[in-house]
Amino acid sequence: MQALQDFLATPVGHLVLTVAQTLALLVPVLICVAYMTWAERRIMAAMQLRKGPNVVGPFGMLQPFADALKMLMKETIVPTGASRYLFLAAPMLTFLLAMIAWSVIPVNDGWAIADINVGILYLFAVSSLGVYGVIIAGWASNSKYAFLGALRSAAQMVSYEVSMGFVIVTVLLCAGSLNLTEIVRAQTTVWYVIPLFPMAIIFFISTLAETNRAPFDLPEGESELVAGFFVEYSSMSFALFFLGEYANILLMCSLTTILFLGGWLPPMAIEPFTWVPGPLWFMLKAGLLFFCFVWVRATFPRYRYDQLMRLGWKVFLPFSLVWLIITAFTLKLMGWLPA
Amino acid sequence: MIAGLAFYVFAAILIACATMVVTSRNPVHSVLYLILAFFNAAGLFLLAGAEFLAMILVIVYVGAVAVLFLFVVMMLDIDFTKLREGFQRYAPFGAIIGGILFLELVMVLGSWRFSGDAAELRLSPAPAGITNTEALGRILYTDYVFLFQIAGLILLVAMMGAIVLTLRERTGTKRQSIPDQLAREGKVEVLNIPGGQGIRSLGILRRLPKAEPAPKKVAHHGHDDDHHGGGHH
Repeated sequence: MQALQDFLATPVGHLVLTVAQTLALLVPVLICVAYMTWAERRIMAAMQLRKGPNVVGPFGMLQPFADALKMLMKETIVPTGASRYLFLAAPMLTFLLAMIAWSVIPVNDGWAIADINVGILYLFAVSSLGVYGVIIAGWASNSKYAFLGALRSAAQMVSYEVSMGFVIVTVLLCAGSLNLTEIVRAQTTVWYVIPLFPMAIIFFISTLAETNRAPFDLPEGESELVAGFFVEYSSMSFALFFLGEYANILLMCSLTTILFLGGWLPPMAIEPFTWVPGPLWFMLKAGLLFFCFVWVRATFPRYRYDQLMRLGWKVFLPFSLVWLIITAFTLKLMGWLPA
Repeated sequence: MIAGLAFYVFAAILIACATMVVTSRNPVHSVLYLILAFFNAAGLFLLAGAEFLAMILVIVYVGAVAVLFLFVVMMLDIDFTKLREGFQRYAPFGAIIGGILFLELVMVLGSWRFSGDAAELRLSPAPAGITNTEALGRILYTDYVFLFQIAGLILLVAMMGAIVLTLRERTGTKRQSIPDQLAREGKVEVLNIPGGQGIRSLGILRRLPKAEPAPKKVAHHGHDDDHHGGGHH
């Protein structure tokens, strides 16, 4: 035992430990992603009075693995005239960014792999990089549909990041720290969804736009752009986009959980609630948010592009800015500012 | 040791990328190299312990500014042969200007002296018990708040100037007026749809066609629609 601890203290041991931690986080995340695709199809089917995938395995639960196998068997096609290296690098970039963001997510108190001081900034930075996978894919495909999809996506993601930034600043004002673990600990008395309810709604809608989900899925609007920025992709490169997109959705659900729903904290620190372990609370909350993502997709028709821009710049941005100022004044005047 | 190695790796990639930004023929590749250069600069900041600056560099320059660069550059339609046409004619001028700038740099750096205070500051350890986010916040928003505000105002004026210069009212465009649209009468109707039945139960859609008698069964394998797949069970 002592020998093991000594080994883990050396640089090599530290590296081994970090790799083990990473695997322990990423493997469950990828399994969750696989079942998210299945859950989405089943929930949407139930909402539209259909059955959904129910043939492969019990309740169709082996469907995601069947799909993955099918993707692996297909041929990777690089279109002539495409910029070869960039074309192949774009899906890898998307997948990589979706994975590295998980390093700072605290699923339980002290469970984050990297508990860094500027965790929320790191997440914001990584999510703002997501647009590059899309732009590079659109440009490198050398196809007008892919290019138009990429342009739409770039404008959309940049627009909604601004209001997301203000929402995050509001939460930071209340929590007094940029560390994700500290932000969750600051919600022990009350989850921020209650005092900051409008901001939670704005954040949720902005995450829908940020992950290119319906009703803001214009970058991949089938009726106009065939499949948008990934129209030329097939096989594993398509699968990487797909995985990256769903991992991003899960990440955004987790981020909303951390910022507004109290992360791993139970609703009240009393008996029946405290029996449930923290990670389970975290997964429950993130799962609930994912259900809302699917619910929204099954309910609302797609926005028109000018309406999307109007919502981002003329509604969300002024509203979140004003709410930020109100929050700052309230905290200052009532003396609630965290030390 | 690892930190020292990382410094040289980041610095080498940074310089290589900066060179490629200038020399690569395709402007899109230039911008992509620029982004890689930003990343390595952020890595150097991290090594220096300036985590806040590193993240802000990535968010602002990579996440916003470079996206706009890429956005513009991707839409350019550039003829590369035309771009290189005047190279020989302009080369002497370029060389002269470059030489003058280089001489100026040499003169400035040659007479550069660090003040004694700066050297002392560099040796002093980072203040304990304070994150560098807080340290920067104190300097910007407490010690030098008025200068900061003035800088913000100057940027605001620049932004407004850009908008005023480029905004033009086009005649003949048809704009959507949402209040007008919502105020229409008789065009929009809100219905209460019974759950689990859909809108057919209200008789809005045409009725489903009567079930036709099943066509004669042909001996088919693996295409048995009655037994699986459909949602009519």
